[in-house]
Amino acid sequence: MRLTIERAALFKALSHVQSVVERRNTIPILSNVLLTADPDRLRLSATDLDIEICEGVAAEVSRPGATSAPAQYLHDFVRKLPENAPVELEVKDGDQRLFLRGGAARLHLPVLPAADFPTMPTDGFENRFLIHPTELKRLLDKTRFAISTEETRYYLNGIFVHTVKGETGDMMLRAVATDGHRLALAEASAPDGSTGMPGVIIPRKTITELRRLLDDAADSVEIAVSPQKIRFAINDALVTSKLIDGSFPEYARVIPRGNPRELRVTNSLFLEAVDRVATVSAERSRSLRMALRDGALTLTVNNPDAGVATEDLACEYDQEAMEIGFNARYLMDVAGQIEGETAIFAFSDSGSPTLVRDDADPHALYVLMPLRV
Amino acid sequence: MSFLCRSCGAAGLDEGAPCCLVPRRITHPELETLTLAHIDCDAFFAAIEKRDDPSLVAKPVIVGGGERGVVATACYVARAYGVRSAMPMVRALALCPTAVVKKPDLARYRAEGRMIRAMMETLTPQVQAVSIDEAYLDLAGCEALHGASAAAVLSRLQNRIEEERGLTVSVGLSHNKLLAKLASEADKPRGFAIIGRSEALAFLAERPLNALPGVGPAAVKALERAGFATVSALQSAEPTALGKALGERGLRLQAMALGRDERIVAPESGRKSLSSETTLPQDVAEKEALEDQLWLLCERISSRARAEQTAGRVVTLTLKDARFRVRTRQRTMSQATLLARRLFEESRQLLAAEADGRTRFRLIGLGLSDFATAAEADRGDLVDHETPKRAAAEAAIAEVRNRFGAAAMDTGRALKVRRRAKPGDSA
Repeated sequence: MRLTIERAALFKALSHVQSVVERRNTIPILSNVLLTADPDRLRLSATDLDIEICEGVAAEVSRPGATSAPAQYLHDFVRKLPENAPVELEVKDGDQRLFLRGGAARLHLPVLPAADFPTMPTDGFENRFLIHPTELKRLLDKTRFAISTEETRYYLNGIFVHTVKGETGDMMLRAVATDGHRLALAEASAPDGSTGMPGVIIPRKTITELRRLLDDAADSVEIAVSPQKIRFAINDALVTSKLIDGSFPEYARVIPRGNPRELRVTNSLFLEAVDRVATVSAERSRSLRMALRDGALTLTVNNPDAGVATEDLACEYDQEAMEIGFNARYLMDVAGQIEGETAIFAFSDSGSPTLVRDDADPHALYVLMPLRV
Repeated sequence: MSFLCRSCGAAGLDEGAPCCLVPRRITHPELETLTLAHIDCDAFFAAIEKRDDPSLVAKPVIVGGGERGVVATACYVARAYGVRSAMPMVRALALCPTAVVKKPDLARYRAEGRMIRAMMETLTPQVQAVSIDEAYLDLAGCEALHGASAAAVLSRLQNRIEEERGLTVSVGLSHNKLLAKLASEADKPRGFAIIGRSEALAFLAERPLNALPGVGPAAVKALERAGFATVSALQSAEPTALGKALGERGLRLQAMALGRDERIVAPESGRKSLSSETTLPQDVAEKEALEDQLWLLCERISSRARAEQTAGRVVTLTLKDARFRVRTRQRTMSQATLLARRLFEESRQLLAAEADGRTRFRLIGLGLSDFATAAEADRGDLVDHETPKRAAAEAAIAEVRNRFGAAAMDTGRALKVRRRAKPGDSA
């Protein structure tokens, strides 16, 4: 294998793939990045056996071939090379080392055979569709904060994505995440080809990797789904991930319908006020009390170990006075996702789930479980 | 010199005149001024068994678990044969083949311990229980209240425990915890020993190194290697030399050797965890069989948590393999629980990561900590609608057991394990 490649392009591709590499590995080859030199480009690939990221970069290849070398060293060395220097990569026949030259700097790294590098099978993707990166980002961002970290309920450790008939009768692509204390739901018109796809739970780590790549995404992202795997094609990168093998709970029944008491509050002011009073909240419960009466909302955090913080806010509320408690962190997470001017809360009573909506986005909603205060 | 008669309670200056028919007098120059005591029940578990079954009184009694377990307590008769606590049962029975072996009934012992502690707490609020059968008491400032010296109050307590509970305790009286504990060990059973300020150094100098708390065989070896073979050598050691040889630890040991101990008697701030463990009759590798034992532990912890109306968020699994290596694995739950079922679901996942089917385990234990109140526990959440139902079911089972006894209702798994464990069964 022998090729010349631009330093910047190599570095960018390396940083995209190397982040899936686990820092400690019991299987040595998983610390490596697979390098495959095709006639006109270099493909780089890394995996942790659950996720695989593969990216192609234009290169002048004088001798095609393939090898695998330690991802971390390669990435860090290339990062420190001078900006515009072209980088030469070479593995001599029968040599167990990768040779790299950038300007006057040279590096030899041990390699492991490319044939031993684990790759994910590419078959079985039955549903394929295109989605605009902005739309995909929206679905992920509005839900990912609610993903659970609890190991026991592993099926909550991701975002559930599926197609469903929306309220208007159109097919929607819907993303849902919950940790049992809050639930976040966002949907978009179902792209052509997505209808009928199996409902899938995309693991948290995959979401994180995906999200990083999406910031640079220019064109539509192609998504391919099978019951066990999902694949995203973003620019020149291909992210393939296993799915969480479990069934996501029947979430629809916990979304309250027809909660009678509606509160409308200016979201930016609400978010700032919650943040302020939460300063003294107890580390564990972060309990915050909302007291509602005609046209007024009072937020209180009372922490015997720290102090009492209170703030009054003007709001639209004309129902019976009530008090309800929430985890301040959860309120801020939700308010942080609301883009419109107004947050709309719908309460039943102080012990029942509360619905929160964004007045500017009818296709997102949040459910919060109250705390006892 | 001041005296105190442990039989009749007479006290004053000892001028030789008799106070009662069977005087048991202690005299000590600091008798009137020392206030810090350590009280330790004598062969506690075995003594309770003997009290409750008088036919055992003259027999060697060992309390401990199963064929494979270890000695929890040996009575003084059994100790005469060389039986000691923590000794493997096989070894103990080889030394004393006539011993009567009793399975520990911790609930009964714990209840007894609580009653004795309650007696202590009538004397001073400064009672710090260090285990089920021993406690430190600080009686400073209580002399006026009781109209007697701390020594006299303690002697009365000792007699009262013997009369009302039928159990003997040993008392050590001094001016700090370290010396009080050493004193209670010095005159066992049914003893009353005093170590005053003036004699502390001489008393300690005569002790073997392993009499100091926290000094085991390894520490003794390290000390001997460094040239400190006795407590008195430690006492006179040059601190810099000692620090060089043994570091921080050496200086702590020297403070102990000099009888210095600044720890105060701190009444217990409440229990921090519930735990239970089982030494298996044989080493077990099979996951299913370990899970069966785990279920029994979950039931046990659940029922104790229920009795105390408490629940916990952290589950800890302890496993000891055939080579005595201990592993502990812990998991924090999103919501506190006191349910056997939830404890089991969490802990079996911890177990699944350890039980590879090859490693053989001799002990399995389970702990529940990071407490919350029972009211905060098992309330379910947005997607968990099962836990509240399960909570209602387990509460109902507990109620049935309360009314009709523990055996009135059992789960299939527990029944299976208990049947299998019956003696004579070929399992």
